[in-house]
Amino acid sequence: MSTELFTTPTATPLVEIAAVDVTYRDGLRAVEGVNFSLRAGEFVALVGPSGCGKSTLLRSIAGLLRPSRGRLTVAGLEPVQARREATRMSFVFQDPTLLPWRDVYHNIALPLELVGDDRRGWEARIRQAIELVGLADFAGSYPAELSGGMRMRVSLARALVTDPALLLMDEPFAALDDITRQTLNEELLSLWESRHWTGIFVTHNIAEAIFLSQRVLVLSRRPGRVVADVPIPFPFPRGSELRAQADFARLTGEIAAHLREASR
Amino acid sequence: MKNRLGRVVIMAFPPVALFVLLVAIWQIAIAVGNVRSFILPAPVRVAQAAWLHRWELLQATGTTAAAALAGLATSLAVGMVVAVAFSQSAIVRRSVYPYAIFLQTVPSVALAPLVILWFGHEFRSVVVVAFIISLFPIITNATAGLLDLDRNLVELFAMSSASRRQVLLKLQLPNSIPYLIAGAKISCGLSVIGAIVGEFTAGYGDGYYGLGYLIIFASNQMETDFLFAATLASMLLGVVIFAAVSLVGDWILRRWHAPGSAGDALGAN
Repeated sequence: MSTELFTTPTATPLVEIAAVDVTYRDGLRAVEGVNFSLRAGEFVALVGPSGCGKSTLLRSIAGLLRPSRGRLTVAGLEPVQARREATRMSFVFQDPTLLPWRDVYHNIALPLELVGDDRRGWEARIRQAIELVGLADFAGSYPAELSGGMRMRVSLARALVTDPALLLMDEPFAALDDITRQTLNEELLSLWESRHWTGIFVTHNIAEAIFLSQRVLVLSRRPGRVVADVPIPFPFPRGSELRAQADFARLTGEIAAHLREASR
Repeated sequence: MKNRLGRVVIMAFPPVALFVLLVAIWQIAIAVGNVRSFILPAPVRVAQAAWLHRWELLQATGTTAAAALAGLATSLAVGMVVAVAFSQSAIVRRSVYPYAIFLQTVPSVALAPLVILWFGHEFRSVVVVAFIISLFPIITNATAGLLDLDRNLVELFAMSSASRRQVLLKLQLPNSIPYLIAGAKISCGLSVIGAIVGEFTAGYGDGYYGLGYLIIFASNQMETDFLFAATLASMLLGVVIFAAVSLVGDWILRRWHAPGSAGDALGAN
């Protein structure tokens, strides 16, 4: 497959969500009347009170759930169709979600196996993905032998090995300690700067959302709707010193205020 | 290494000490109470009988072990096939599963004569009884292992638009292995019981017999010390097969045994 197939013109949005409701089978409405769109190459963070439907929205974009109303497209197509035909998508779960019977190398190989790509070039891509997340010495280790942070790195490498155009991340670092989380934030950002995929990052950590993204969308409590769309103006590359800046604190306060309002 | 040896000694000491104590009490009680040996033989007499019949016991244990293992292996293979069918079709599962439960409730003692009627007084009849008795835990455990999947893993496969076949081969089958091993641990004891019950009824021809036959023979002859020896041999056989299955299981799971995983929950330690 040629790479051109996966490049979307920047002018048209890659993800478009218009008046979308997602209702569960038991009648519970998770999100309601959500509108937003994402340009290709954009990195957006989704924050909101717990249980506000952030994950539901992300799963809908991934085509794992179907909206009950409204229009949700990726590259102009239904998400499932887009995933099969047009846009390489990867999903990073809150848990590392690794296969315990496979070592690091073969866990990362899984998406390539499932897509059934030409086997030539696999090894180089897998090695490169392992290299990217700094686990070169652990290719033969099994998940049970790794720390939580390392398992999350494997999960990230597995998401990146297919060279996705759209990377959907569902609170991937929520279970990690603060230092590991910040390190992974910085690593994730430098990966994004070199690869320029389109990213949607769900989190309930405001600092993480600001540090990573170009825009922070604030969702209200259930049924979730977008109550604020805050642009994050800091230039890239961003380093850890950004977290100490006054503007960073000001934005944190602003988004926290939105969240308080949204939780009411 | 030294530490490990120390742990083994500490682990083994209490049960071994208890065993020695009980055997001593047994021996003394019989000497003091003047119990007749065909009611309850003294441990020394049992040991003497075991030594006297050592070649018969050894051969019979080998025969019973072969029947039990053949039955266990067959139930693993058949149980896995049935479980895969169950996992692939809810209709198959719902229509066949009640009969699988029925299989478990049939008393093996009642089943054995029928099996022998169909398959003859032969080794294969004993294998069939062992197989039927040990099948049910394999089916239930393997089915659980094929269906009890991490929701995120299922979605991960969906994200790659994986086919049903890919999900079965790369997710469900490997996921079922700890469950299957837990099932095999339950079934290996049952397979020995099945083999002995089969042998009670089957009674092979000359020079070809298992522990079940020896137990019936010793009982008919009122050789209670020999009966004890044969019963002890069948217990030992069960323990050895269980230990072997556990060792193989632990070896298979050695790398992917995260603390708190399904294997632990099922006692596949």
